[in-house]
Amino acid sequence: MLSKDIINLDRFPKDSPPWGALIHNAVWIAIHLPTTVFLGLGLAILLRKREVFGSSIIKSIIFLGMVIPMIVGGLIIRFLFERGAGIIPTIFGKLGIKSLEITWTAYPQTALFAVILGSIWIWTGFSMLMYSAGLASIPRDYYEAALIDGATKFQMFRYVTWPLLKPITVVVVAMTLLWDLKIFDIVYVATGGGPGGASMVLALQMWDYFARALNYNYAAVVAVLLTLLTIIPATWLIKRRGSL
Amino acid sequence: MKVPPRYKIKSYLLSNLIAWTVAVIWLLPFIGVFMASIRPYKEIVSGWWHIHPLTITLENYMKAFYHPMFPISTGLKNSLIVAIPSTVIPILTASLAAYAFSRYSFPIKNYLFAFIVFLMALPQQMTVVPLYFLLRDLKLLNTFTGIILVHSAWGLAWIIFFMRNYFSMLPRDIEEAAKIDGATDFQVFYKIVLPIAIPGIVSAAILQFTWVWSDFFLALVFLQDPGKYVATQRLPLLRGQYFVDWGILTAASIMVMAVPLLVYAIFQKYYIAGMVGWSTEK
Repeated sequence: MLSKDIINLDRFPKDSPPWGALIHNAVWIAIHLPTTVFLGLGLAILLRKREVFGSSIIKSIIFLGMVIPMIVGGLIIRFLFERGAGIIPTIFGKLGIKSLEITWTAYPQTALFAVILGSIWIWTGFSMLMYSAGLASIPRDYYEAALIDGATKFQMFRYVTWPLLKPITVVVVAMTLLWDLKIFDIVYVATGGGPGGASMVLALQMWDYFARALNYNYAAVVAVLLTLLTIIPATWLIKRRGSL
Repeated sequence: MKVPPRYKIKSYLLSNLIAWTVAVIWLLPFIGVFMASIRPYKEIVSGWWHIHPLTITLENYMKAFYHPMFPISTGLKNSLIVAIPSTVIPILTASLAAYAFSRYSFPIKNYLFAFIVFLMALPQQMTVVPLYFLLRDLKLLNTFTGIILVHSAWGLAWIIFFMRNYFSMLPRDIEEAAKIDGATDFQVFYKIVLPIAIPGIVSAAILQFTWVWSDFFLALVFLQDPGKYVATQRLPLLRGQYFVDWGILTAASIMVMAVPLLVYAIFQKYYIAGMVGWSTEK
C-alpha cells in the first residue's frame, strides 16, 4: 500500500506547501460556520412571527445571495470593500476608524476577512431557508402543550424547537462545511488569493498550481487533500441522516 | 393568553425594526451595484450613495454588451448553448437511473447508491487533472461538447439522488395496476411515473440550469478559447486596463445574474422545493 507507486511523497509540494491555504480554510470555517448557522436560525425564528410585516419579502431578499452566480457575488464583495466607491470603508471612515478606511481586498490584514464577511452575506439565506422549512414542520400542539405546562420562551426553544430542529442542523452544518472547504469563485475574483497569499484557500491553490504554475502534480496533491477533508462532513452527513 | 397591549406594540416594533434592518443591509450591495451600473464612472468613484449629480445612462450596459475584447453578448449566448443541453441530458438519464434505484433491486445497489451520494460531496477540483487530459486526448478540450459532457456527468449524481427521493414518495398502486394490465416497465415509466413526477423534474431542472449557468470553475479549466468563454468567465476580464471600471463591471454583472434571478422569480416555489427537498428528506 505504501509503495512509491501509490504514495509518492517526493511529489508533495515542499517549496510552498498549501498550509497557508489550509489555515485560511480553517479560519473561514471558524468564523463563517457559527455565524451563518445562528444568524439563519435567528432570522428564521424572527421571520416566522406573524407580526413581522412583509416577512416573505425579507426572506426572498436574504436568499438572493444563494441565487446569483458566485462570481458575481465575488465582484460585489470587491465593490463593497473598495475605498471610495465601496460603502464599508466609508462607514468605518465616518466612524473614525481610519485604519479600516482602505480597500480591504488589497491589504493582507483585511483581505481574508473581506471575503469571509462577503460569504456570510451570500450563504445566510441557505440556513435561513432550511430552518424556516424545519420550523414550519413542527406541530403547533407542542408549543401549546409547553405553554400549558408553564414553559418560558427560552425553555420552549431549548426543549422543543432546538431538539426538533436537530436533523436540519446536521444538514446545515455539513453543507456549510462542504461549501467552506470548496470556496473558489468569490476568492478568485475578489482578491485572487492575495495580496501575497493572504487570502489563499485550498481550491484556489489547486487552480494556481494547475493553470498558473502548470504543475499538475502539486495541483493533484492539493485536490486530494481537499477531497480527504470533504469526506469528513460528507460521511458525517450520510451517517447522521441514516439515509442509506 | 392575554398580553398587555403596550408590551405587544413594543415587541411588534422591535421585531419589524430588526427584520427590516437586516433586509436593508442584505439589499444594500445590490442597490450599490445597480446604482453603479446606471451612472457614469465619475459619479461613483467617491461612492454611489452621493446623488447630487445624478446622471442616468445605459452607456455602461452598451459598453459591456459590445465590449471589443470580451463582449458579454457572446458570453450570454455561449452560456445558453452550454446550459440548456447540460440540463436536458442529465435530467433524462438521471431520471431513468433514479427510477431504477427506487423501484428495482439488483446486486450492489446500496453500495452503488452510497457511491453516488459520495460523488455529490466531491470537490470539482478533484476531477480536473484527469479530466483535462482525458478531454485533451479525446479532442474535446475547448469545445462546447466537452464542457456539456462534463456538466452533465457532474449533475448526474445529485439529480439521481434527488429524483430517487422524489420517486420513492410517489404512490405505487397505479404502476402496479398498469403492470397487471400488461404495460411494459418502460411504458409505466414514461406514461405514468414521469407525468406525476413533473414538479420534481422542474425543481431539478431549474437548479441544474442555474448551477451550470453560474459555474465558473469548470468553464475556466475546459474552455480556454476566448471566443468560447461563457458569461461568468468574461466578467472578471472586463475589469479595465488602468483602473477597475465599476460601471462596465456592474452592468455586466447585472446582465449575467439576470438569468438566474428571473428563473428564481418565476419558479420560486420549485426552486425552494428543490433546495429544501434534497437536503431534508426523512
